[in-house]
Amino acid sequence: MTKEKIETLMDEKDIARAIIRISHEILEKNSGAETLVLIGILNRGADIAKRVADRIKEIEGIEIPVGLMDINLYRDDVHSKLDQPVIQRTEILFDVVDRNVILVDDVLFTGRTIRAALDQIIDFGRPRSIQLAVLIDRGHRELPIRPDFVGKNIPTSKDDRVLVRLMEKDGQEIVVVAKSGMKKSPSEIKKALKSGKKGGKK
Amino acid sequence: MQLRSRHLLGLEDATAEEITLILDTAETFREIIERPIKKVPTLRGITVLNLFYEPSTRTRISFELAEKRLSADTVSFTPGTSSVKKGESLRDTVQNIEAMKIDMVVVRHSSSGVPYFLTQCTQSNIINAGDGAHEHPTQALLDMFTIRRKYKKLKDLRVVLVGDIKHSRVVRSNIWGLKTMGASVAVCGPSTLLPFEVEKFGVDIFTDLDKAIDGADVVNIMRIQLERQQAGLFPSQREYTNLFGMTRERLQLLNKNYTIMHPGPINRGVEITNEVADGDSSVILEQVTNGQAVRMAVLFLLSGKKEEE
Repeated sequence: MTKEKIETLMDEKDIARAIIRISHEILEKNSGAETLVLIGILNRGADIAKRVADRIKEIEGIEIPVGLMDINLYRDDVHSKLDQPVIQRTEILFDVVDRNVILVDDVLFTGRTIRAALDQIIDFGRPRSIQLAVLIDRGHRELPIRPDFVGKNIPTSKDDRVLVRLMEKDGQEIVVVAKSGMKKSPSEIKKALKSGKKGGKK
Repeated sequence: MQLRSRHLLGLEDATAEEITLILDTAETFREIIERPIKKVPTLRGITVLNLFYEPSTRTRISFELAEKRLSADTVSFTPGTSSVKKGESLRDTVQNIEAMKIDMVVVRHSSSGVPYFLTQCTQSNIINAGDGAHEHPTQALLDMFTIRRKYKKLKDLRVVLVGDIKHSRVVRSNIWGLKTMGASVAVCGPSTLLPFEVEKFGVDIFTDLDKAIDGADVVNIMRIQLERQQAGLFPSQREYTNLFGMTRERLQLLNKNYTIMHPGPINRGVEITNEVADGDSSVILEQVTNGQAVRMAVLFLLSGKKEEE
C-alpha cells in the first residue's frame, strides 16, 4: 500500500495574509480601484475573488464588481473525454469593456484553464487589460501564461496534486499538496485531513 | 451525473435526474444566448447533420443556431433536392453522409421510430427532432424549462395539454417528461382526437375544456394539425373554436399566476384567440428562445459520449 504523504503548504493565517498582500498589490499596480473588476473562476477562484473584493473595500472604501466564471465550455478537451463536466453558471453582470479585469483562480498549473478564461472574457467585450491573480503557482506551464499576483510559489512534481480548501465550500482553510504516487481521490484526502492525518512538513 | 444514453430518442424512459441535468445545463446556455457574442467554442471539430424529412421552421432553425453557437460544423439535408428523389433509401442516405465523417445527426421524420432505426445503422449520436406522432423530446424539454423558469419547480403544478392529443408528438413527450418530474398532467380534446387507450398515459382525461382548465397553472395548447384532418375528426373549425378554443373568458378559470403555452405554429383564431396568444401570461416567444438553450444543452451533453454506459 502506498504511504500517505500530504504536506500542508498554507494554513488559515497564511491564506488570509496572501489575500491581503494580493489586494494591496492589485491596488498599487492599478493606481487605485476605480477601473477594476474581479472575475473568479469557479469554484474556489470565485471565493478568493470575493475575499479580495472585501479587502479592497476595507482598504479603499470602493466596492468592486465581482463576476463568476465557469470555463468548461471553453476547454480544449471538452468533447474528447467521455466524462461530461457539470456546467455551472457564468455570472458577469457588468460591462468589461475598457475595465481592468483581475482574473482570479486558486491554483495555476498548466495554464489551460486561464487560456479558456481569457477566451471567455473576450467574448463579453474588450477589456483595457486582463491581469491574473492566483493563490498558488505550482509551475508546469504548457502555455505562455504568467500570473501578475501570486499568493505563494510552490515547486511541485507534475504528478502532485495541490488542493485548496476554503471555508465557503469545504468548511476548512488549508492548502495541501498530495505527493506523487498517491492515488487517493480529493474526497479521500479531505477525509484524511479531517481525521488529522497530516503527514510531511510544513 | 450523466445521461445514460448517447442518443436522445424520447423522454419515455428518461429519469428525473437526466431531465434535471438537461434543464440545469440549459440555464447556462440561456445566459450565453443573452451575451453580446452568442458563441462558445465547445463543439469545435464536431460535425452535425440536420436531417429534416418534414417541413420545420422553428425546430430546424433552433437546432442550426444551437449548433452554430456551439461552434459545430453543420450540414443541412433537404430531401426535395437530394437522391431521395431518385429512390435512395433512408439507410443508404444516412450511411453515405456519415461516410463523410459526421458525428451527430438531428433527425425529423414523418414515421415514428426513424431515430431509433438510425441508431441501429450508424455510429453517430442521434437526436430526435420529431418522429411521426411518437415523440418530440426537445420541445417537451423546452416546455418544461420554460415552466420551471417561471415557477422555480415542476412538481405539483397542474398542466393541461389541450387540442389534438392523438396526432401530437409534443403531447406524448410532455406527458412523460412532466409526469416524471412530478407535475399533475391532464389532457383535453374532442374524443375523436384522443388516442386509443388514452387512459394508459396515466393522466386526467377531459373532453370539456372548462372542466379541464379549472384550477390549472399551465395550459399548453396544441395546434390543430389541419394537414392531418382529412378524415373529418371534428365537424368544423368554428365548432372546435367554440368548444376547445382558448379565449379570454376561459382564462378566468385558471389559477391566478397562470401560463399560456403553444409549441407553434399557431392557428390564430382556431385553437387560441389573438388576445390570449399575445397576452401578458403567454410565454410562446419565450418558449422559442428557450428552445435554443435546451438544444444547446442536449447537443453539449451528448457530444462527448461515444459509447453506451
